[in-house]
Amino acid sequence: MHFIGVRMPSLRKELGKVLVELGKEYKNLVVITGDLGKSTGVSAFEAFAERYFNLGISEQDIVGTAAGLASAGKIPVVSTYAVFLAGRAWEQIRNTVARDSLNVKMIATHSGISPSADGSSHQCFEDIALIRTIPRTTLVLPADLSEMRHTVRSAVEEAGPFYVRLGRGEIPRIFDETDEFQIGKARRISDGSDVGIVAAGFLLQEAIEAGSLLQKDRIRASIVDMHTVKPADASAVADIARRTGAIVTVEDHNILGGLGSTVAEIVCRDKPVPIEMVGIHDRFGESGELRELMEIHGLTAKHIADAAKRVMKLKDSLD
Amino acid sequence: MRDTKQNGLSASLEASKEELESLSEIAHQIRRDIVAMIQSAKTGHLGPSLSCVEILVSLYFDRMNHTPKDPGWSDRDRLVLCKGHAAPTLYATLAHAGYFDQEVLLSLRKTGSILQGHPTRVTPGVDVSTGSLGQGLSVANGIALAARLDGKSYRVFALTGDGECDEGQIWEAAMTASHLGLSNVTVIIDRNGVQSDDATERIKKKEPLDRKWRSFGWQVLEIDGHNFMQIHHSFDVAEWTTDRPTVIIARTVKGKGLSFLEGDANSHNIAFSEEDLDWAMDELGQPEPET
Repeated sequence: MHFIGVRMPSLRKELGKVLVELGKEYKNLVVITGDLGKSTGVSAFEAFAERYFNLGISEQDIVGTAAGLASAGKIPVVSTYAVFLAGRAWEQIRNTVARDSLNVKMIATHSGISPSADGSSHQCFEDIALIRTIPRTTLVLPADLSEMRHTVRSAVEEAGPFYVRLGRGEIPRIFDETDEFQIGKARRISDGSDVGIVAAGFLLQEAIEAGSLLQKDRIRASIVDMHTVKPADASAVADIARRTGAIVTVEDHNILGGLGSTVAEIVCRDKPVPIEMVGIHDRFGESGELRELMEIHGLTAKHIADAAKRVMKLKDSLD
Repeated sequence: MRDTKQNGLSASLEASKEELESLSEIAHQIRRDIVAMIQSAKTGHLGPSLSCVEILVSLYFDRMNHTPKDPGWSDRDRLVLCKGHAAPTLYATLAHAGYFDQEVLLSLRKTGSILQGHPTRVTPGVDVSTGSLGQGLSVANGIALAARLDGKSYRVFALTGDGECDEGQIWEAAMTASHLGLSNVTVIIDRNGVQSDDATERIKKKEPLDRKWRSFGWQVLEIDGHNFMQIHHSFDVAEWTTDRPTVIIARTVKGKGLSFLEGDANSHNIAFSEEDLDWAMDELGQPEPET
C-alpha cells in the first residue's frame, strides 16, 4: 500500500494510457465520446483514428450507437461526464444497452463533487442510484489508479454492460498494481472489531485516514473497499457487520440509493446493525474548492471518524 | 419519387408480375395474422401495424439478404424496428419468412411467449430490442459503423414512425449518420399521418419532413408505402447511393386494409370486439388487387 499525500497522477492521462494499451490488444475495441474527449482523457485513443469516434454533444445518440456497435461484435467504450451519461442517457442504457446485455463499457468521469468549481449542474450525486437499479449492469467505483486500470481492463475483458464511476483531475495511489483485485470482491484494508467502515471511490483515502484518526483514540476499525457496488459483495458486508456490530458507509453520492443504501439492504437482511451514512445528504452541489466542498458536505476523514464514534455509541445503547 | 435518376431505374422496373402478386398475397395473409394476433391478445397497436405491412414484406421477401435458418449469420442485412409497437407485423413477417412456426403468433403478449408486446431479442430474427421510441436509428448507425470497420457489405434498415420524429434522439442520430457518411443505413418513415393522440400535424408539426431530412444531409425519397414497385425502386436507389444515407418517406394509411379503421387516430392501440373481428376478417377475405 502507498502512503497517502504523495503527488497524485492525472486521471485523464492514465485513463487515456490504459485505453491505448487495451486498444493494442483488442482490435475490436472502439472508443466513443460526446465532445469531451480531452476532458475525459479518452482522446488519447485517437492513436487508433479509425476506432475513435467523437459524435458530438449527444449522449443519447452515443449510447445508442455504442449499442449498435456492440450488437455487431465490437467492444465500445463510451466516455463522458457522469451527469450526462447516467442522467441524460439513462433510458438508453436501460432499454437499449442493458435489456440486451450489450457489451457497452461506460466510463463516467467528473462524478460526485469532483467537478467542484463547475457547481451543481455538473456534480452528479445520483448515478449510483440510477445505474444500480438497472439489471445486468456492473457498477464499479475505482478508488485509485491501480483499481482504475484493473477495472477498465476487466470491463473490456468481461461480457455485458459496465459503468465505471470516476472523478476528475487527480487520482490517488493506494494499492500496488500487483495487489489482488477482482470485480465483485470487496477488499479488506484493516481488521478491527470496534467499527466497520465501508467506502468506495475517491473517499476511500479519507476512510483510511479516518482509520488512523480512530486508532489514536484506541478505536480499531475494519475498513473495507467496496469498489464494486453491483454486484455487491454481500458476504463481505455481512462479515464486517458480524465482526464489528456497527458500520459507517462513505460515498461521494447522495446517501439515498447509493453505497449506504446498498450496504443497508444487505445488513438489514443478513445481520442487522446500526449504520451511519457519510455522503451527500439529499441536496444539490455548489461551486468551490474540492477540500472546501468536502468540509461543507461532511466528507473528510474527521467527519468519517466522528460518524464512527456516533455509530459505536448507538451500538452500545442497543446492547 | 424524388432525387432519382430516371434512367437508373429502368432495369429494376422489370420486376415480374408474378413476384408482385406473390408479395401482395403475403401482405394479405400478414394482415389477417395481425388482426388475429391482436384479437387473441385483446391488446396491441392495430392501426400502426397495418400501415407498415408492405414495407416489412418488401424488406424480408424482396430486399434483405437474410437466412431464417441461421438468424445469427454475420453477413445478414439487419432491420431495426424503431417503431416497436408494430411488433405484430414484424412477428407475422418473420413467421412467414420461416424464423419460427406460425402457430406461435397467437401467443403474442402472453406470459412466457417469445413474442413480447414490443420486440425483444428473445424472438428469432429480432436483432435489437426496441419499444421506446427514438432510440433505434442510433443503434442502426452503430451496426452500420461496425460493418464499415469490418469491411462488410451488409445493409442496415431502420423503420421509424412519423410521430417518432418528435424525439430529439432521431435528429442526433440523423446528424451522426450523415456526418459519418453511412450510406449503408436506410431509414423508412411510416408516414401514416397519425400518432397516438391525434394527427401528427396537430400534435407537433412534422412538415416539411423531406426538407428537414435533406438539410440534415440525407438523400430523401418519397413514395407510396403500400406500392411494392415503388418500395422496391426506392431501396434500389438507396443501395446505389454511396455518399450519404437515404431516408424513404413512405406515405401510408393507418389501419390500411380495414376500411372502418383507415386513418382513424383511435386505431392506434385498440382491440376489436368479436363483431369487429368478423367484419375485419370478412373484409380481409379476398386479396386486394395490386394498384
